[in-house]
Amino acid sequence: MAGGSGAKYIMGAQDSRQSEQKSRYRKLWFWVMAVTVLVAVTPLVILTFVNYFQYQRALKHEVSNRVNRMTSLTKRSIEFFLEERRSALIFITKERTYDELSDPQKLGVVYHNLKEILGGIVDLGFIDAEGKQLAYIGPYDLEGKDYSEQDWFHEVKLRGHYVSDVFMGYRDFPHFVIAVSAVGKGGKTYVLRCTIDSNTLEQQIMSLNLEPPSEVFIINRNGTLQTPSVSYGKLLEKAEIEVPSYSDTWEVTDTYDEKGHHLIKGYAYIDQSPFILLIIKHLPSSMESWFALRKSLWAILIVSTVVIVLITMGSSYYMVSRIRVADRQRAQVLHNVEYTNKMASIGRLSAGVAHEINNPLAIINEKAGMMKDLLSLSDDFPKKQKSMDLVNSILASVERCVRITQRLLGFAKHIDVRVEKIDLDQLVNEVINFLEHEARYKNIELQMEMEDNLPAVTSDRGQLQQVLLNIVNNSLNALAETDKEGTVKISIRSKGKDKVAITITDNGPGIAPEHLKHIFEPFYTTRNQGTGLGLSITYGIVNKLGGDIDVDSTPGKGTSFTVTLPIGGTA
Amino acid sequence: MADDFKVLLVDDEEEFVKALAERLKMRDLQSDLVYDGEQALDFVEKKEPDVMVLDLKMPGIDGIEVLKQVKKAYPGIQVIILTGHGTEKDEERARGLGAFDYLEKPVNIDTLVDRMKKAYRRRLEDSAVAATYAEAGDYKTAKKIMDEE
Repeated sequence: MAGGSGAKYIMGAQDSRQSEQKSRYRKLWFWVMAVTVLVAVTPLVILTFVNYFQYQRALKHEVSNRVNRMTSLTKRSIEFFLEERRSALIFITKERTYDELSDPQKLGVVYHNLKEILGGIVDLGFIDAEGKQLAYIGPYDLEGKDYSEQDWFHEVKLRGHYVSDVFMGYRDFPHFVIAVSAVGKGGKTYVLRCTIDSNTLEQQIMSLNLEPPSEVFIINRNGTLQTPSVSYGKLLEKAEIEVPSYSDTWEVTDTYDEKGHHLIKGYAYIDQSPFILLIIKHLPSSMESWFALRKSLWAILIVSTVVIVLITMGSSYYMVSRIRVADRQRAQVLHNVEYTNKMASIGRLSAGVAHEINNPLAIINEKAGMMKDLLSLSDDFPKKQKSMDLVNSILASVERCVRITQRLLGFAKHIDVRVEKIDLDQLVNEVINFLEHEARYKNIELQMEMEDNLPAVTSDRGQLQQVLLNIVNNSLNALAETDKEGTVKISIRSKGKDKVAITITDNGPGIAPEHLKHIFEPFYTTRNQGTGLGLSITYGIVNKLGGDIDVDSTPGKGTSFTVTLPIGGTA
Repeated sequence: MADDFKVLLVDDEEEFVKALAERLKMRDLQSDLVYDGEQALDFVEKKEPDVMVLDLKMPGIDGIEVLKQVKKAYPGIQVIILTGHGTEKDEERARGLGAFDYLEKPVNIDTLVDRMKKAYRRRLEDSAVAATYAEAGDYKTAKKIMDEE
């Protein structure tokens, strides 16, 4: 059983080699896929990112341009707004005399005209050089109020005009003051003071209509909010934003708030006022189009990456499996070549052995033959008959050896193939007829299954018969070893255009895998009787006829031999 | 038919060929023995046999070579190849060179005797036909017949 265990060992090695190959192909597949995906996706990702950043930069540029424009325009409009009111007051000082303005009735006319034209005017007061309010028109009773101690009064006297911060005062609503000083009758300086509802200032900036959370508001130089803000604190409280450094014109800067939002901040110091205009534009909200684009960019990137990966997976899988099939076919071919070589070597070996044995066999034959000759010529002597029997036995054994060596030679020897057109139907029938008796005796059923319109095969009738006889005989012998009801089925079908396959299937005990690889070798037999030459001769004949013989067996289920023959004769 | 014809056995297996000769003798066939190709050719020079039983595989000059030379010099000698080493190719070649028959060892003695007798009959027929032609003066045809075998 050393051979058997050896065979098993080889099978085990094959198994591990197969799984090793499997992982090798999987690795190959992975690498082909990875490299292809990398090559395909990398430029896509780079492109997407370049696009992304370029677009982002362009958008930021656009946003900051817009903020830039808005800041400058708004700065100008607020300055104009203040200038308008200041100019109105200056005009009044030029138009009216000191006395007229210090007369509350006349000041009242001025007040009403002013309110009508400019709007937002809350009150108007006339203050003499000592800081005393000589006349006051407005909703409160402020006539006679002394402003001489207040800073703004000194400032306006010094600089000629003044704009105050926004404050509540006792008027209890946000307002601010514009004051101008003038020189009146007799060189007396006086101040015209006008309170303006800061709503009007607010309206100046609200017209920008910024989308929240972007916003615009005004602070003073101390950082106190002069107009309401959504995110930076309450009116007249300290704004939660750093007071930007002074600039003559306007500035646009790029910052991030503490929450990490990207902001474009535009600011401008409003000329001749304590006001600082601030426009805070949130980049994200101003970049909705950018977000949409980014979304579609990501979508394109993801979808195309998925498509690329899928296609690559599919195509590389297809490729690798093609390689695998090709490899397997090559291995099969190699295996076939190897097997053919092996069978050829065995053929040469058996021919050599047969030849070498033939010579001593010939000597034995002649010597024993001579003994027989001598015995038959000699007179009777004791045990003559016994000696005759012995010699005959020797000669019979020689005969048996000769049969073996001749079959051995037959395995290798090229007997001329006499080809003729054969009707396979008839041939198989002949074989079945020949074996029917034996099959019935062994209680085995012989079946035949033919495809319609089978072409006639050009081959050697006698040898083909021998092949079928050998195989069917084998099946009969195998079935005889079992108790079950045996069936041997011979089926013939065409295979492709130019081949015919004859399959002989039995439901016998089957052949163990370790035996299966050796069954075509001479002297390989698992039966006690039998030379082990039948199948090897069959193999030799089929090869000679240009065909192939295959065996497939499942232990316990049965065995099937398939002989494939070329229709047109020896290929 | 007279079975008294000269037989030469050529084989390097002495044991085999001696036993064979003795058995032939019991069947009233006289034979001479040589054990290699050289001896065979020498023997034929001195004493032309009617039938020659020739082994193929021998040391020195092998059977095929002996056959070639014998058939060339004495086309009338009928050669039966008896070998244990023959292949199908050898058989083809031997028959092509004019061997009368090709047998494989070990051979049944009766088969061998039968073939030897047939070979001798062929030799007689050939020479008879040739003799007829020769008597008629057609030496050319006579020679051709003798050469053919």
